[in-house]
Amino acid sequence: MSKMLAYEEKDTWIHRLSGVTKLIFFLLWCFTSMLTYDTRILAFMVAFSLLIFKISKTEWKQVGTVFKLIMVFLILNVLAIFILSPDHGTEIYGTRTVLFHIAGSYDLTKEQLFYELNVIIKYFTVIPAVFMFLVTTNPSEFAASMNKVGISYNIGYALAIAIRYVPDVQGEFTKIKHAQEARGIEMSGKASLLSRIKNTSAILFPLIFSSMDRIDTVSNAMELRGYGKHKKRTWYMERKLKRNDYLTIGFTVVFTVVALVITFADGNRFYNPFS
Amino acid sequence: MSPIIEFKDFSFKYRAQAEPTLRDINLSIMPGEKVLIVGPSGSGKSTLAHCINGLVPFSYTGEINGTLTVKGKKPSELGLFGLSKIVGTVLQDTDGQFIGLTVAEDIAFALENDMTPQEEMFAKVDEVAEMVDVKRLLDHAPGELSGGQKQRVSMAGVMVDDVEILLFDEPLANLDPATGKRAIHMIDQIQKKKKTTILIIEHRLEDALYRDVDRIVVVGNGRIVADTTPDELLATNILEEQGIREPFYIAALKHAGCTISAEDQPQHIETMHIEKYSQAVKDWFGKAERKEGKKGSESALKVEDLYFSYEEGKPILQHIHFDIMEGEMVSIVGKNGAGKSTLSNLICGFYKPVRGRILLNGQDMAPLSIKERGEKIGLVMQSPNQMISKPMIFDEVALGLKVRGVPEEEIRERVNRTLKICGLYPFRNWPVSALSFGQKKRVSIASILVMDPRVLILDEPTAGQDYRHYTEIMEFLKRINEEFHITIIMITHDMHLMLEYTDRAIVIADGHLIADDTPAKVLTSEAIADKAYLKKTSLYDLAVNCGLEDPSEFVERFIAYERKNRREKEDAAHV
Repeated sequence: MSKMLAYEEKDTWIHRLSGVTKLIFFLLWCFTSMLTYDTRILAFMVAFSLLIFKISKTEWKQVGTVFKLIMVFLILNVLAIFILSPDHGTEIYGTRTVLFHIAGSYDLTKEQLFYELNVIIKYFTVIPAVFMFLVTTNPSEFAASMNKVGISYNIGYALAIAIRYVPDVQGEFTKIKHAQEARGIEMSGKASLLSRIKNTSAILFPLIFSSMDRIDTVSNAMELRGYGKHKKRTWYMERKLKRNDYLTIGFTVVFTVVALVITFADGNRFYNPFS
Repeated sequence: MSPIIEFKDFSFKYRAQAEPTLRDINLSIMPGEKVLIVGPSGSGKSTLAHCINGLVPFSYTGEINGTLTVKGKKPSELGLFGLSKIVGTVLQDTDGQFIGLTVAEDIAFALENDMTPQEEMFAKVDEVAEMVDVKRLLDHAPGELSGGQKQRVSMAGVMVDDVEILLFDEPLANLDPATGKRAIHMIDQIQKKKKTTILIIEHRLEDALYRDVDRIVVVGNGRIVADTTPDELLATNILEEQGIREPFYIAALKHAGCTISAEDQPQHIETMHIEKYSQAVKDWFGKAERKEGKKGSESALKVEDLYFSYEEGKPILQHIHFDIMEGEMVSIVGKNGAGKSTLSNLICGFYKPVRGRILLNGQDMAPLSIKERGEKIGLVMQSPNQMISKPMIFDEVALGLKVRGVPEEEIRERVNRTLKICGLYPFRNWPVSALSFGQKKRVSIASILVMDPRVLILDEPTAGQDYRHYTEIMEFLKRINEEFHITIIMITHDMHLMLEYTDRAIVIADGHLIADDTPAKVLTSEAIADKAYLKKTSLYDLAVNCGLEDPSEFVERFIAYERKNRREKEDAAHV
């Protein structure tokens, strides 16, 4: 559980890239994916995402559970689009090719199917990129990167410190849960859902109180060591940009421009196979 | 030479309080000095430290009178950050103050905040890590370190700043005795090598004195009560009067009727001139009574060949075998991470043993659920904050009965009875937040006692408590042990606790049971102490130096004598 989506050190050129590079790639990649509905570009992006996912040596067990969760959302999303606007595809592509009638005003059209296919592909262009970014970027280095691209170091540090204390709070949670279970507060499947939710407070309150003690110590410790003294700070974990970083950034920018030019060449962001 | 820290007619009152916490403080500390600051909880010793590192007045505001200068400057001129360049503070909580995701980052934290270029940081971090012996751990996460290692990382984290004063806030509180000893040694080395001024705040005087200090400052009730050399101080009765525990060997000498003089260098028992006292000690030993061991005849908790591991082939506990009798008070001791907590988790049923049995009153507990075990075996966690989940005291104590569906009327009656036993009855309608730490601790014990358990397991019941609170909690436990015949098991690394309050110590080291004997025997055996990261008691050295042949018997008699004294004092107070 604790290893889920967490940074893991491996020796690949993707791991060796600076966090700034990966952040720029990630942001531009998502930006492009969001803007374009050009199926050719999206197809290329899926292929490329899967390729670099493979290169980053990310294992299924690092991302599996989250992937399944996203799949559930994807299905809900696709169904919701169909239910709420079954003729969105027609609106976009201007034609209406009915495959078969379902019920009431609901027809399954080729255009709608194609549109929803694009939505699904878009998910798949982004998912590997998100996973890869999370599991190949050292959180401290990421904090440094955010600061580098102009975001206040407070935000980056808040993130890094949250990650630092996650295992501690998890350990504390288990301890408290055990002690409360021994007192007779049922947290296992035996109790009804309602009483389990009610019983959660028996763990939550002690957890909050002991975490507050911790926060007090941490903030004192940080202040005593000069945190927040200057507008800027340096980072032990920062990585200098190297040749591969410039190449990656260069590629990302060129790709984004080319993708957008192709997308908008015909005046809208859709690729229309029906005309 | 001028003092590096100077208080002149200094007093301080917290904004939220009516009375000043510190009054009329006059204290000068010279560069390079090593000073120990002792005092009971609430004496103001921590506030004194906060004044030096700037948390007062920058984080905790209040009213200051008189002057304080650090390196000739007032804190208001330096600011919190200016002070942090001069004074490095190592806090008590080894986990909480670890800020970085790895050792290297944590050490570099102050440098990062100071915008030090990266190249320079690498060199500096390596240099300091070398000094405190954590260089091979640089890329480790805090979860992979022991308490002692974390503390050394914290030391490195303040030393990167080349601070001139190192301030240690209760450095021994979270460490097992052997690791604590090592910490004191390391502090001593740093002072010798770097000529840093060292301030150590502790109430564990005997352990802190493992290496020489130049002076001891005793703080009591907001004032400085004594400011003198260790030898001079140990020759007085100031410590006892202030509620600070004297070193065991000093107490023993006093029991034997000796008047200790500073010329005999009582700072360390190993080098103290003991000749002129040895006859008195021998005489006392001859007269003193031995404590009578009491033991029930029925087995309360029996563990048979217990084996536990998360992964096959990597046992956490193996061949654990013991039998605790009804009404016994037993300590389970051993270094941090030796498997003590795993053992209590197995007994309470949070984990299932891979092999072996645990029997309660002769019955195998394997089929019982956590909840069912909880009615017979009560677990009290280290901090009451980890347990208390209701805002009102009555509700908190009633919780265990309520979830078991006990009728309202019976709950009221049982809770009130338990609150009376725990001395909390007058507060029954108070909110928990209005109580002191010690009272909260008693609430957490009451919430378990109300279920009438036969066995009570307490995890570090006295952690972080000063002598007075320690005595208060332990006497309370002793009383419920005697009056209600409840078997008490304590998981601890406090050697005073095991010596004074338990009849038996079960010693665990690296997953094995290495001893099951009286605490006096355990703490006079070098082999056991070494393996379990304990420390031989100074009474052993005293007995040997005085030429006594049976040191562990000497320890037994000393404890019996102290216990009797304490009882008499208590009884007198109650009359």
